[in-house]
Amino acid sequence: MKSVSSKELLVLRTAKELKDGFYVNLGIGMPTLVSNHIPPGMDIIFQSENGILGMGPFPYQGEEDADLINAGKQTVTILPGASYFSSADSFAMIRGGHIDLTILGAMEVDQEGNLANWMIPGKLVKGMGGAMDLVAGAKKVVVMMQHVTKDGKSKVLKKCTLPFTGKKVVHRIITELAVMDVDYNSGKLVLKEYAPGVTVEDIKKATEAEFVVAPDLKEMEI
Amino acid sequence: MPIQKVVRDAREAILKAGVKDGATIMMGGFGLCGIPENSILALRDLGYKNLTVISNNAGVDDWGLGLLLQTRQIKKMVSTYVGENATFEKQFLDGTLELEFVPQGTFSERVRAGGAGIAGFFTPTGVGTIIAEGKETRIIDGKEYVLEKPLKAEFAFVKAYQGDKLGNLIYRMSARNFNPMMATAAKVTIAEVERLVEPGNLDPECVHTPGIYVKYIFEGKNYEKRIEQRTTRPKNS
Repeated sequence: MKSVSSKELLVLRTAKELKDGFYVNLGIGMPTLVSNHIPPGMDIIFQSENGILGMGPFPYQGEEDADLINAGKQTVTILPGASYFSSADSFAMIRGGHIDLTILGAMEVDQEGNLANWMIPGKLVKGMGGAMDLVAGAKKVVVMMQHVTKDGKSKVLKKCTLPFTGKKVVHRIITELAVMDVDYNSGKLVLKEYAPGVTVEDIKKATEAEFVVAPDLKEMEI
Repeated sequence: MPIQKVVRDAREAILKAGVKDGATIMMGGFGLCGIPENSILALRDLGYKNLTVISNNAGVDDWGLGLLLQTRQIKKMVSTYVGENATFEKQFLDGTLELEFVPQGTFSERVRAGGAGIAGFFTPTGVGTIIAEGKETRIIDGKEYVLEKPLKAEFAFVKAYQGDKLGNLIYRMSARNFNPMMATAAKVTIAEVERLVEPGNLDPECVHTPGIYVKYIFEGKNYEKRIEQRTTRPKNS
């Protein structure tokens, strides 16, 4: 296998969450990179919460338009069949359950499906933007993040310590080590996939949350 | 007497509207996209103090609402995200600037409700978070919601691409964002446009903001339309 960095692995695996015909909203930062890896032959329509459905790639140099930006304030383009709308319409779309998938980063996530990604008390908070609405409204909420902090502490917890972005909202957690689903019946995580070269034991060491191993556990496909 | 909404510039609009120290103001725009540039500059030059500003963001240090932060004209911001502004950070940390964070969808819906005569709405956004603290919650058909109340203002400043002399507005691309709702949610709405035309020159099918919401309108000057994140791809890709 061609060697990939853990970040590339994370992006490539997360891109597998895209399904033909999906309307998708990608969070700012690393989730945006997922749009570079749409599986061939698939039609994916990207929504940007500042009022675009059918967002395209970055413009060619010299063709940037200040009136056309994404939620990360980056210049973008639109694809044929796109539409523009107000922020109220945009969040009606989001809250109303019309977005098939949202992919967001996280500071912490826990086995009850709680997500924390907007605030560290005592430090300046930048604001939640549209994250609370996205996790409350999208049909599927996928968290993509590094499994542990820079200090080696698990980000997959029994209970989030930071203020929640959403309570019981996460469906799937994808990290450079594993894919885990939230089981809302048992209140535990289910380990579905492990990264190439990673053992269940490695994942246990990096995970504070309780998890069970899925009967059909398999290696991540990227 | 014919309806007279057209004014010469932002300064005249602001003076006619009767903006005062301590006013509550809505300001359209997402980041620096679709912000009422002329009105912000005129508010700075007229020097009103202790403003409460309801706007998604707070501009950057040297443009947009950042200009009114530099001059310490803003007492309180109601926003969803303020990450791009060091002046903001400094004033917030030294306690001279108040801040209320609102989730973006709740923010836009509260403004919409403010203009639409809706006294409040139950939303799933923020349930179980600090946003819901102290607010009424209710289980409806088995799902929990939090009650959010409308946002209104004394003045709204919006920016559109085209407008006619009756106040009908058409926005351009993602510069629409919060402008249409804000135009409805203030006692006095001031619209600045890049192109002001005679009534009849806008397609009624394409009007985003009907003129009833707009009290004063003018054609703005010297739009800079700054780009925060200039991202491109090479031509040969």
